[in-house]
Amino acid sequence: MSQRIEAKDLNIYYGSFLAVAGVTMSIEPRSVTALIGPSGCGKSTFLRTLNRMHEVIPGARVEGTVDIDGVDLYAPGVDPVAVRRQVGMVFQRPNPFPTMSIAENVLAGVRLNNRRINKSDAADLVEQSLRAANLWNEVKDRLDRPGSGLSGGQQQRLCIARAVAVRPRVLLMDEPCSALDPISTLAIEDLVAELKSSYTIIIVTHNMQQAARVSDRTGFFNLEEAGQPGRLVEIDDTATIFSTPGKQATEDYISGRFG
Amino acid sequence: MLENGALENGLENGDGLENGDASENGDASENGDASENGDASTRRAAVAVADRLAVTGRRSGRGLDRGFRYLAVTSGVLIVMVLAAVAIFLVVQAWPALRAGRSVSDEVGWIPDGSSVLEAVGPLVFGTVLAALVALAVAVPVAIGIALFISHYAPRRLASALGYLVDLLAAIPSVVYGLWGVMVLAPLLHPVFSWLVRWLGWIPLFAGDSAGNASNPPRVLMTASLVLAVMILPIITAVCREVFLTTPTLHEEAALALGATRWEMIRMAVLPYGRSGIVSASMLGLGRALGETMAVLMVLSPGMLYSLKMLVGSQQQTIAANIAAKFNDASPMGHSALIATGLALFVITMMVNMAARAIVARRKDFSGAN
Repeated sequence: MSQRIEAKDLNIYYGSFLAVAGVTMSIEPRSVTALIGPSGCGKSTFLRTLNRMHEVIPGARVEGTVDIDGVDLYAPGVDPVAVRRQVGMVFQRPNPFPTMSIAENVLAGVRLNNRRINKSDAADLVEQSLRAANLWNEVKDRLDRPGSGLSGGQQQRLCIARAVAVRPRVLLMDEPCSALDPISTLAIEDLVAELKSSYTIIIVTHNMQQAARVSDRTGFFNLEEAGQPGRLVEIDDTATIFSTPGKQATEDYISGRFG
Repeated sequence: MLENGALENGLENGDGLENGDASENGDASENGDASENGDASTRRAAVAVADRLAVTGRRSGRGLDRGFRYLAVTSGVLIVMVLAAVAIFLVVQAWPALRAGRSVSDEVGWIPDGSSVLEAVGPLVFGTVLAALVALAVAVPVAIGIALFISHYAPRRLASALGYLVDLLAAIPSVVYGLWGVMVLAPLLHPVFSWLVRWLGWIPLFAGDSAGNASNPPRVLMTASLVLAVMILPIITAVCREVFLTTPTLHEEAALALGATRWEMIRMAVLPYGRSGIVSASMLGLGRALGETMAVLMVLSPGMLYSLKMLVGSQQQTIAANIAAKFNDASPMGHSALIATGLALFVITMMVNMAARAIVARRKDFSGAN
């Protein structure tokens, strides 16, 4: 279910502005890759190119290739909608659909793919996905209540359940804990560790401890100055990055001597 | 009345958003608690600053504050008083005709012999509601389509131009709509109506006259309804467009990231979020359609029947058009009878408004306002 991802010479634009330049990166299946770096360095922008969400913004475009399972996402004729069904995404702020119940939220993506899903299959899938997101025990008695009534941390886990319910190959997480309190953050981090056995996970985070805790490999993005494009400075095993990084800029950032 | 309702509904939505933010603040303050013990001195400094601001602000600020409060309260009371005044006026003026019972028909020409005002107002209410509902049924889907095109499909420049054009429709006086309805729309519609009578005549709304034909010229309720539909299109479109534009990007991206197409995204995120706004917009439109006078007066050949035949003339009449047609040369009792029909219109619009609120409130938990 999980696949190797190869990004090659990615240049990412907003209109004529080059936001991220020359990213080449390869990501192993069933691993967690953390992307760290200062604000505005392009790590979220890069993440959004991996499921073609970047081009949702008017004027945004991408040069280069992203191969998943040997297929270039940006080849002509590839349908971005099909890509997004295979590469799930969890956003910075929890965004369950406010007009849907908890169960409907989990099934939202499945219903897009396959309108006719029978009742017991649907119930099974809801339970399975909510269990995968460590949320089942907290919500099993109120599946028909609105998802927006849950706490922030629960909402974010509901969003993860919604993303895994469609069985994506890859799961992208864009600062999934930045709006959450420490306890909810811990719950999400545990969940990431569990999900790793079935999915390839890429997580953008501002929290370096979090990167060190959850990831196998860490990529450091930086930009030389404002107005310049962000670049991938280096990517290596997390232990290496946090002990003996190869570049001075990485060491400065990690040890807090940045800027 | 109706406009008030819609505005308040709009405000409710606004409150909802604020609530959303408030819960976030809650989270933030929890985080803040962790660092609470350290910063007593910072807080004292902050309090001192706040005091100083209050002290300097007091001289001019308080007076303004009080003045504004009186202004707001007065306005609030005023609207209630105006509403009450209108209601009282209607009841008082209608009373003679209501009390006269069946004898009113001797004095008032348009009331059938032997009918009381209440009996005579029935067909008018029927015609008014029928015309307005058909107008609404035609206008709402079109308005939602235009609003979605402007908010989610059209390139930005085209969208703003189109939005401007739709707003312009609202600026056309209703008498011009009436002229257009009689002189342009009606002749164009006649072949369509003939076709409807011929092939869909078994549907009561499209039934023909005794000879099985559509009236020609088609000064019929369907023509009036279509003119009304065009007239209420701008307000419904404008409100829907604003509501659709406020759909949080978060929800739209959530749908897109799940692999939704543009239309699926609209169905998952935009339409459910805008549901109460769509209802409010429709009720605004319905209010205008119920009360519209001039266009109906000019287009429709009136009758006083309970008739569903929308393609045949001299069947129905609306309350507002009837008042405008009969008021000038009415006797005192005639005035009173017409005002009684006005009272009926007032009650209908109020009920429509309350029904709309009930619809919006029914699924409040799921409205996105929590």
